[in-house]
Amino acid sequence: MNLLASVRVALTALRINALRTVLAMLGVIIGVGSVIVMVSVSEGAKQAVEERISSFGANLLIIRPGSSSRGGRRGGAGTATFLSDGDVEAIRTEVDGVAAASGEVSGSAALISDGENWTTRIQAVNEDYFETRDWFANEGRVFTRDEVDDGARVLVIGQTVANEVFGATDPLGQTIRVGTTPMRVIGVLDEKGQSNWGTDQDDVAFVPISTGRDRVFGYEFGVRDPVFTIYAEVEGGANVARVRSDIEYMMRIRRNIEPGAEDDFNVRDLAEFIRAQNETEDQLGLLLAATAAISLLVGGIGIMNIMLVSVTERTREIGLRLAVGARRADIRNQFLIESVVLCVTGGLLGLGIGVVGTFIVGSMGDFPVAIQPMVAGLAIGSSAFVGVFFGFYPAFRASRLDPIEALRFE
Amino acid sequence: MAAPLIECHDLTRTYQMGDTKVHALRGVSATIDDGDYVAIMGASGSGKSTFMNMLGALDRPDSGSLSIAGESLQGLKADELAAFRNRKVGFVFQQFNLLSRTSAIENAGLPLLYAGAPWSVRRDKAIARLEQVGLGDRMDHHPAQLSGGQQQRVAIARALVNDPAILLADEPTGALDSQTSVEILEIFDGLNREGMTIILVTHEAEVAEHAKRKLVFRDGQIVEDRR
Repeated sequence: MNLLASVRVALTALRINALRTVLAMLGVIIGVGSVIVMVSVSEGAKQAVEERISSFGANLLIIRPGSSSRGGRRGGAGTATFLSDGDVEAIRTEVDGVAAASGEVSGSAALISDGENWTTRIQAVNEDYFETRDWFANEGRVFTRDEVDDGARVLVIGQTVANEVFGATDPLGQTIRVGTTPMRVIGVLDEKGQSNWGTDQDDVAFVPISTGRDRVFGYEFGVRDPVFTIYAEVEGGANVARVRSDIEYMMRIRRNIEPGAEDDFNVRDLAEFIRAQNETEDQLGLLLAATAAISLLVGGIGIMNIMLVSVTERTREIGLRLAVGARRADIRNQFLIESVVLCVTGGLLGLGIGVVGTFIVGSMGDFPVAIQPMVAGLAIGSSAFVGVFFGFYPAFRASRLDPIEALRFE
Repeated sequence: MAAPLIECHDLTRTYQMGDTKVHALRGVSATIDDGDYVAIMGASGSGKSTFMNMLGALDRPDSGSLSIAGESLQGLKADELAAFRNRKVGFVFQQFNLLSRTSAIENAGLPLLYAGAPWSVRRDKAIARLEQVGLGDRMDHHPAQLSGGQQQRVAIARALVNDPAILLADEPTGALDSQTSVEILEIFDGLNREGMTIILVTHEAEVAEHAKRKLVFRDGQIVEDRR
């Protein structure tokens, strides 16, 4: 007996008991539907994390001074010697796989313009900074290398600052005072939104690092050309871990750290850091997936139950089929196919409900959701698996019936 | 004279029912020729149904030998017996045993499904057999839309559809009124005249009268064999 004929027999049997068929399917429909909602929600969360990572700049390494250690007494983070312009230059030019590197010195200062004033974070950086953060000018431009070298009095502002200080006026070309120094606005950056920590990334103004040190923060650091933080962008395709260890190796030499001594700086992979921060979210997603799998399991038990009932009810039919020449495999396949058809039909309905449910969940709460085409495969695959797994025992029982007893069954 | 169609020698069969052993057959030997028309009679528990199940390859003897249409049934596995039934035996039951909500054509063609025949062959052969039993005008009807006599005619068409060597009928008129019973028996008579070997299990003397030969069972043995 061929497969197509078996499928036809199975479909006929399911049509005969339409209501029962639908009720039996319900478990699988709900199970598959919830699997799809859960997968879409956790996929959405994962994508949101990746978006946050790329909003900060993908492949970004952040180098900061660590704690100092003098005579066994260890200071806190940031107590070690500052980094310097020389370190920035060395990372940019001597480490393979670094696409761009910028130093940063930051603090806060008041911006004053025509009676409006707004206190904001001032970041003094190199021209490469904008590339490391994948952050570019929306209007105007960012600094050039010459402007950084010359300590030009130019300013690039974030969207929030543009709105707060200039309102509807075009900020380009305007002069504002940063503390006491007048500077010209040459660019307004793209909107970046909230950071992973909830701060407004657009509430910021950038000046060339030399200008910042000389004009804005004018305090002594004890070293020439101090740098608080270095941002280094790893080239696409380069191995981030390898670049990171190259930077660490070079920095140990530059900072004269004895072999065996601890680093007095640290290099952080930002993407790794954000992913680690979201690990609990991943675990929650796993828990949700497990819950959905359990509901699919319950659906499968429902299928097994209804198939056992069906086999018992149709004992005489099985006896007759055996009498006219059905082999055991024919009977087994008939019920197995019936169970798979039942489950896959339920799986397809569950797919529809899951997709609708995902949109509802996505619009109700503040959840990011993402439906991927592979969920269709997941729905069909998991329901077919349930059909075979939970249909096998009833089908096997049917195939083992004795034809004489089955024919006599009342 | 050709070899007999059915030859059995010293068949025994014992069932375990709870604590007691039931000796359903205690050494049955018989031969049945091709084209014969045999009624098997006996009280319930006499072993006649067990004997019929043996001839239909539904059951296997504990000991003794059995061959049908030149094939020995000794040592065949369940699936081999199924294939044998499919090719050689047509069954007609007291309760018709048709598939509900399935057309007469599909019911009659069912054995061919397990013979691996495509739908077009199943349909054509089923139609031919349904016409032969006088149901040419009701081939698309479901069993629920047919009378008892008509349902039994579908069952006979099903039994004949794969050109079996023997037709086994177990109380074929047991669920029918007397008028319909006569009609069904006339179909059997006609089939036998055309050469079909028919074995009929019954406990009614009038039914047995249609057969050419009677085998009477008592306590698991044949006690009477007459023409």
